Amino acid sequence: MEERVITCINCPMGCRMTVCLENGEVVSVSGNTCKRGDTYARQEVTAPVRMVTAVVPVQGSLMPVSVKTREPIPKKDIPACMAALHGLHLQAPIKAGDTVLPDACGSGVDVIATKSV
Amino acid sequence: MNTIRKELVIIGGGPAGLAAGIAAREAGVEDLVILEREHEAGGILRQCIHNGFGLHRYGEELTGPEYAARDIAKAEELGLDIRCDTTVLSVDGDRRVTCVSRTDGLQIYEAGAIILAMGCRERPRGALGTPGTRCAGVYTAGAAQKFVNLEGLMPGKRVVILGSGDIGLIMARRMTLQGAKVLACVELMPYSSGLNRNIVQCLQDYDIPLYLSHTVTDIRGRERLEAVTVMEVDAKRRPIPGTEQVFECDTLLLSVGLIPENELSQRAGVELSPLTSGAVVDDTLQTSVPGVFACGNVLHVHDLVDFVSDESFRAGRAAADYLKGQAPKGGTLAVRDGEGVRGVVPQKLHPDQDVTLMFRPAGVYKNASVVVEADGKEMARKRAMIFTPGEMVALPLKAEKLAGVTGDITVRMEVR
Repeated sequence: MEERVITCINCPMGCRMTVCLENGEVVSVSGNTCKRGDTYARQEVTAPVRMVTAVVPVQGSLMPVSVKTREPIPKKDIPACMAALHGLHLQAPIKAGDTVLPDACGSGVDVIATKSV
Repeated sequence: MNTIRKELVIIGGGPAGLAAGIAAREAGVEDLVILEREHEAGGILRQCIHNGFGLHRYGEELTGPEYAARDIAKAEELGLDIRCDTTVLSVDGDRRVTCVSRTDGLQIYEAGAIILAMGCRERPRGALGTPGTRCAGVYTAGAAQKFVNLEGLMPGKRVVILGSGDIGLIMARRMTLQGAKVLACVELMPYSSGLNRNIVQCLQDYDIPLYLSHTVTDIRGRERLEAVTVMEVDAKRRPIPGTEQVFECDTLLLSVGLIPENELSQRAGVELSPLTSGAVVDDTLQTSVPGVFACGNVLHVHDLVDFVSDESFRAGRAAADYLKGQAPKGGTLAVRDGEGVRGVVPQKLHPDQDVTLMFRPAGVYKNASVVVEADGKEMARKRAMIFTPGEMVALPLKAEKLAGVTGDITVRMEVR
């Protein structure tokens, strides 16, 4: 049996929650005050996800373009996603909402521009 | 010199100024101008490329540029006149706004009403009194954010962050993702003022240690920063001898508080509150100078842009009412901070108008209520599991609740 202690991020309470795992399956969550904590804890210990935002240089523009993953991606894929973004060679003009990196690192999630340059 | 009459002049084209302009135009003010010193509208949102904006207003988590783009698109649709690259030099008590730009030179606007929407600025190194040399490499977190996100420049490679406000936490992650090594985040207080979400996703995700009850006591370097000394502090925030740790680094980022930017307001004779560092206003967000309104972070530092927009819509509508001669008449009642409450805005109100009271709790209160009282009676109450100084409380109050009230209104915390 494995125990993991995590901090809830849903509100300023910041409950310290203990999650018990057996063979990668959540057995119990304790320390949470509300249901949202339970849901977050189960997701966070089994399949944590994060939004990734960054800026990428653009040929033909003095300003880089800001980008985001369209949806959260697995946390473990963040370094590979950043490496792929740093390897991009973008050309102006780019419009907000344009895909700059399709299917980031095989996550199935596109990286899109969040402003126009 | 060019003198122009305008019904309404809005100073600042960030989220506050844009929302105020949109609301004023929708309320019928045709002749208005927004003055913005940067090259484009959007304010600080332009450099806040992370997501999390707009959850209250739109029910989705936008990035800063996306949130700003929606207001800018609306402003364009309404045909608002936004003058960028235009710096306001002074505002005086009879509502004359002096500004300068490369294209139009020096201009004076004679305004029927003014909305102050200049936002806030970061506390700089000079406000801390930290000993050390005057080397390069010490930046406020927001300045570094501008370099990285707007100009594509990296301020340094080995970073220590002083202060654990949200901007500092966000920059810890940004610098890390862009290839820098963030050695530590150092916080004077025994708790962080940042969101739990940012502590988890910006520090813990990248194994960046957070030193609570610690501070930077020395800044060393000849040309460029070479090292900082970090010490633990006691309950009175004094460094404890023997706890020195030296971090070799080339960059120190400061995230040590925000101050409303009120130099223009002061020159106009606007009365300021020592608690909020912003203007003293009534429920229409009008300052002590008739026809001059204030909204957004120049009035009091907000946590969420959604609330800035909401407040600024109200300021825009109030300015429109004022211009039409429809401002609330009659006397105002004073709103006072009671126990556990700091800096209620507005500080006075017309009892026949709906109002939203906003303030920061003075400490952490669990299982507590905010209570609004007047004439010895309870007017309103809001319960929550937790109130903290890091989260502004907004308490709407209907006019009918205040009917017949004649004395001061007090807002206080009550622990069950």
